[in-house]
Amino acid sequence: MSNDPTHQFLVNKIVPIEIGGIDFSFTNASLFMVATVGAAAGFLYLTTSQRGLIPTRMQSVSEMSYEFIASMLREGAGSQGMKFFPMVFSLFMFVLTANLLGMFPYFFTVTSQIIVTFALAVFVVGTVILYGFYKHGLGFLQLFVPHGVPGALLPLVVSIEVISFLSRPISLSVRLFANMLAGHITLKVFAGFVASLSALGALGIGGAILPLLMTVALTGLEFLVAFLQAYVFAVLTCMYLNDAVHPGSH
Amino acid sequence: MFVTAAYAQSTTTEGAEAHDAAAAGEVHTETGVAHEGEHGSGVFPPFDSSHFASQLLWLAITFGLFYLLMSKVIIPRIGGILETRHDRIAQDLDEASRLKGEADAAIAAYEQELSDARAKGHSIADTAREAAKNKASADRVAVEADLAKKIAAAETRIADIKTKALSDVGAIAEETATAVVTQLIGGTVTKAEISAAVKASAGN
Repeated sequence: MSNDPTHQFLVNKIVPIEIGGIDFSFTNASLFMVATVGAAAGFLYLTTSQRGLIPTRMQSVSEMSYEFIASMLREGAGSQGMKFFPMVFSLFMFVLTANLLGMFPYFFTVTSQIIVTFALAVFVVGTVILYGFYKHGLGFLQLFVPHGVPGALLPLVVSIEVISFLSRPISLSVRLFANMLAGHITLKVFAGFVASLSALGALGIGGAILPLLMTVALTGLEFLVAFLQAYVFAVLTCMYLNDAVHPGSH
Repeated sequence: MFVTAAYAQSTTTEGAEAHDAAAAGEVHTETGVAHEGEHGSGVFPPFDSSHFASQLLWLAITFGLFYLLMSKVIIPRIGGILETRHDRIAQDLDEASRLKGEADAAIAAYEQELSDARAKGHSIADTAREAAKNKASADRVAVEADLAKKIAAAETRIADIKTKALSDVGAIAEETATAVVTQLIGGTVTKAEISAAVKASAGN
């Protein structure tokens, strides 16, 4: 076992697959994607299988996550945005489950890979663009022209709007990726201090208490971050979808 | 990273093979990891583009499957549960308000009956009181009439007796006067003289 804090992000091939010279191997990342989907879908499926009129505790967890996302989307994008509910719900549950699974020691954190979060962000922004042009045609471009701006400032404002729109997939993906990455590295570094200090004898074991406390505190913080980042991802998705549904509303 | 440095220092004494691994920026000697190390050659693992294609493919497969499961199975199911509960609650509320209406109607009917009964009771009491009063006054009138009749009869009798007595007074006076005269002066006095004298004195 290594004490290198970035070792946990290494992608290892489990089943090498190569198609057309491109490496599509089933890796530990793929394994944890499957585990994420299995855990999230399994939880939601099993807890709601009773279809109880009076929910059990676990069923009400599933119902709460459903209502949480439904009210978030309704507030963010209005009732017309509800057609995107399966997408936002899937994104939230996937990111949340991946983040929480990553909290287990020796588990791989799917969302700590920039390519994964970037793909999810591109999926969101791509949906916004496709649906916006499909629904409103060129009227979707109103999005970049805010109301009530003086004509002289318009080129400046429009260029700022375009840049901010284009930076959305980057900010959305980097926020999630960087939070998960930094949190896990910090945890690993402090936990590494505990291990290396306690190897130094009695004094070292005494000194290891501080990083141990820090590790415990950080673990709590990381659970908060795991939930918070899934929430932020879902909220921003709702806001961006609002632009696709009501492009002229701001 | 301080551990890496320490490990690197310890491995330099062990030989060329370990030295090579340390120089490559790689602290592991397991074959799997070393293989990745050759690919990335020191690249920060999340930015190692050699596995991007595989990640994208598996993300598309797993997330696509997850999306399908959510939209076809889970969301309709939870939505159905919530819908059923919502309907049930609305139905129960309707039932409760209907029952409350019934209870209110029953209370109103009861109040109505109660006030009717009270009015009826009052009227019965009034009738009885009226009847008793009428009977009492009728009785009193009858008694008074009876008494008046008796009084009148008594007065008549008294008057008769008085008249009779008064009519007798003359005769008694004549007899008495005759006797008195006879005793006092002897001889006789005619009845006619006595009667005239009595009448004369009675006339005084």
